[in-house]
This record gives sequence, structure tokens and C-alpha cells, in this order.
Amino acid sequence: MSTHSSRFAARLMVAPSVALLLIWMIVPLVMTIYYSFRLYRLVSPDRTGWTGFTNYTWFFKSSDFWLAMGNTLALVGGVLAITVVLGIAIALLIDQPVKGQGVLRILVIAPFFVMPPVAASILENLFMHPQNGLFAAVSIYFGSDPILYMQDYPMWSVIGIVSWEWLPFATLILLTSLQSMSSEQLEAAEMDGASALSRFRYIILPHMMRAITVVILIQTIFLLGIFGEIFTTTQGGPGSASTTLPYLIFKQAIVAKDIGRAAAGGIIAVVLANIVAIFLMRGIGKHLDA
Amino acid sequence: MARAVTPRRMILTTIAAWGVALVIAFPVIWMILTSFKTEASAVASPPELIGASWTVENYVEVWSRSDYPRFFWNSVVISVGSTLLGLAIAIPAAWSMAFVPGKKTKDLLMWMLSTKMMPAVGVLIPMYLLFQRLGLFDTKIGLVLALMLMNLPIIVWMLYTYFKEIPGEILEAARMDGAALWNEIVYVLTPMALPGIASTLLLNIILAWNEAFWTITLTTTKAAPLSAFIASFSAPQGLFYAKLSAASTMAIAPILILGWFSQKQLVRGLTFGAVK
Repeated sequence: MSTHSSRFAARLMVAPSVALLLIWMIVPLVMTIYYSFRLYRLVSPDRTGWTGFTNYTWFFKSSDFWLAMGNTLALVGGVLAITVVLGIAIALLIDQPVKGQGVLRILVIAPFFVMPPVAASILENLFMHPQNGLFAAVSIYFGSDPILYMQDYPMWSVIGIVSWEWLPFATLILLTSLQSMSSEQLEAAEMDGASALSRFRYIILPHMMRAITVVILIQTIFLLGIFGEIFTTTQGGPGSASTTLPYLIFKQAIVAKDIGRAAAGGIIAVVLANIVAIFLMRGIGKHLDA
Repeated sequence: MARAVTPRRMILTTIAAWGVALVIAFPVIWMILTSFKTEASAVASPPELIGASWTVENYVEVWSRSDYPRFFWNSVVISVGSTLLGLAIAIPAAWSMAFVPGKKTKDLLMWMLSTKMMPAVGVLIPMYLLFQRLGLFDTKIGLVLALMLMNLPIIVWMLYTYFKEIPGEILEAARMDGAALWNEIVYVLTPMALPGIASTLLLNIILAWNEAFWTITLTTTKAAPLSAFIASFSAPQGLFYAKLSAASTMAIAPILILGWFSQKQLVRGLTFGAVK
């Protein structure tokens, strides 16, 4: 159905999107690479020059960097584990014939629509606050001391907040996949005397595999960039206890005002993300019908 | 996969499912309740529910005393503006990829998606400096551009998966009748694609409204939307819980409502058509 001219018109129509995304990708990246080799601190703007790999080596020598790497890994891994496992359980539960399924879905999906700063500040203040939080009241009711969540367990608190935000997404996708399943196979297995556990293990789980993969892939993209939740609650602290790689770079740029160093951190983050992305794209490519 | 079950089992699963759903939604419910309490009642220990003193004063105060309306308006302009601009650029691209696919179309789509994997913080410095130099820092138009570019791959992808489901024969028929390319898009394709475009619109308004990296780092006061406002709501110290809750409730209310309308499309949209 394509004449020469319609092909040309079609290419022309893709051009703006491609051009914009190319600029969006390349200009900042080239600038970041340039600054990453420069000495450039906003506090002493007159002292500039080339510094070789100094900005990069600072990261690899800094214990904060390795801590941030560990925290980033803990955040992504922790949230993925929590949301996938709970998501499967909740999807299986909601998929049962229950009364009021429409309202139920609305309740379950609600956290996903809460913007990160709101989710973080509500959970931090109304729930996790050591004096006025609801969790503190529960602790006191049971006769124990309130837990200082943000101070003693900052990373776990952030993981908890982010998991709450992303649980609905995982649940909804897994539920959608469950609902596309034919009941005949399950009924046949039930008649043959297969236990609930083996029905789950051998029929339901394999069917959900594609959806689980998609949940992991998409969530990883978003989780690698988590920022607002940390900015709102712990600000990466106490010390650097809840500083992730994005937040460490942010601190170098905005707090330390060291442009060169932050740029080097940015390049490290881009390289790491690309390594993850290669695996992700390979996995996701199989599941997208482009 | 609905199957026949005994009434007793149905009651038990209903109770369990509602219990779980209420626990998940509880922070939102508690926030809304707190927003209607007086400040003293909001921090009372043990927490008050039945005996709490209720008021709508928090909403009145947040709306009239802080700069809240301006933050709210910024959120509206930025999320709707970036989405509409994104649609205008993405519709032709998605159209041509869906109906005149070339050898490289799939690679191109994958490449677009891969730009999403570039961590925003990696390019924070140049964005910050560029925005300063171009006079875009702390302006609505700057954020419209940034968020449009951020979400463009998702918009193209979503539209592409919807457009692909439109049978190509209809377009051929229109072409045989002598419809020009532009007329074909406006009069034939667009009406058929409208549901897809509508859900793309909704989902991207939600994503842009909730965005909390560029909105925080590229603004100070003038163009800051609600995400930046709430993030900087200085440590409440237990004195401003009710007002924080009221401000937060107003910040998420439009999106909760939009979101409930688009929850079916959400799965499809955010999985780029991989799960339907």
C-alpha cells in the first residue's frame, strides 16, 4: 500500500520525534562528558581547567559511592521482590469471585496515582513519625517504644514507601494476565486431582511468567531513577545511609555545587543504566509485538 | 477465569479481598480523614476517629493563604501542555510507523524506548546549565518541553500499539477514493483512533502531573508545580498535619479521578502493549 511518495511522507512524519529525541539524548550527554573532565565548582567559578579522570576516581575512591551503589541495588531489588510476591498473592485473591470487585480494584490501584512527594510525606509524617505517627500509636498500644523509622531504618523506610506506590502496578498487570487465562485447563487439572499448590506451580505461574517479566522490566526502568521519595523524606541521610546513586549525584550538583564531579557521576550512572538496559531490552524485545 | 464456588467460600474470599484492599488504600483514606480534622485532633494520641473534631478550615486556609492556587495552576499547565505537545509530535510518527512500516521501524521503536532508560540524573548538570542559559529555568514552558521529551517515547509507543489495531484496508479504501494524506489522518484515522488517543492523553497527564525529578530540580518558585510544593512542605513537626493532608489531598484528587477512569488502559499503556 505504499507508493514512493507516501513512504517519503511517512519518513517525514517520523522525523520530528526522532530528531527531538536525538537532541534530547545527545546534547546533554556530550555536555555531561565534557564537564566530567573539567574542574568546575560553582563556589570558585574562576578556577577551571581540564582534570583528566580526577572526577571519576573520586567516586571510585569514595565510600559514599559504594554505599550508594549498594543502596540503589537494595532499593530496586527490595521493591521488585516485595511488589512481585505480594502482587501475585493479591492478584490471585482479587481474581476470585468476590462482591464489589469494581470498588475493590479502585481501592487497590489508588496508591499508584499518588505523586511521589505526597506518598512520601504522608507515610513519613502521618504513619512513620516517632511521636505523632499512627505506627507509633500502635507501638505504644502494644507497650513497646516507637520505632525511629527514618533514623534507624532509612533505607527500609524508603523501600517501604516505594513498594506501596508500585504494588498496585504489579498487582494490576498480574491480575490482567490472570483474567486472560482459560478456566478449562484449571478445571481439568482439578478434576484430575491436582492440588491447589501444584495447579499454581504448573499452570498459573507459567501463564503469568510473561506478565511477571514485564513487571520486572518496566519497574526497573522507573526504580533506577527514584528521587522524589528520598528528597522528601530522608534527604539521603542520616549521613549517607539512604543515599542512592541518583541522589548522590544530585548532592554533588546541588549541595556541593561541584559540576565536574556530578557530571562524572552522571556518566557512571548512564553507563550502569546501559548495562542494565541491554539485558532489559533483550528481555523486553521478546515480549513486545513491534 | 470465573468459576462456580460455594457461597461460604465466596464470603471468606470477599472478606479477605476487602481487608487487603482497605490496607493498601488506607494511607490515602487516612490522609483524607486527617485533612478534615483540626490540627490538635490530627496529632492526638491515641489517634482520634469517632471523637475527632471535624472541620473544612484546612482546605480554606491552604487555598487562600499559601501560594497553593499558583502551584496547582502550574501543575495543570505543565501536565496538559506537555501531553498535548507530545501528542502533536507523536501522532504523525506513530501513524507512519503503524501503517507504513519500514525495515528499521522496530529498531527505531526500541531505540526510542531505550532513551527512557537513560537516568535523568545523568543529564541533570547540562539540563540545569542549558535551562539557565536559555532562560528556561523555573519557567512553565521549560518544564513543558522537558516533560514532553521525557514522555515522548511512551506516547509514541502507546499510540503505535493502538494504531496497529486499526485495519489498514480502511485506509486503502480512503486512498482509493482519493483522500489526501492529511485528510486521511484527520477524517479517517483520527476518529477510529480516538479511544487510543484519549487513553494516551489521560495516562500521560497522570505521568506528567506526578513527575518529581525535573519539576523539583528545574524550578524554584515561579513555575514550581504541586510535586515541588509538597516536597518542600517543610518538616511539619506535628503542627501542620491537617494542612499537609489537605494540600496533599487536593494535589492528588484530580489524578485519582482521572486514574480511575483510565485504569483499564493503564496496564496496556504502561506495558507498551505487552499485557492486554
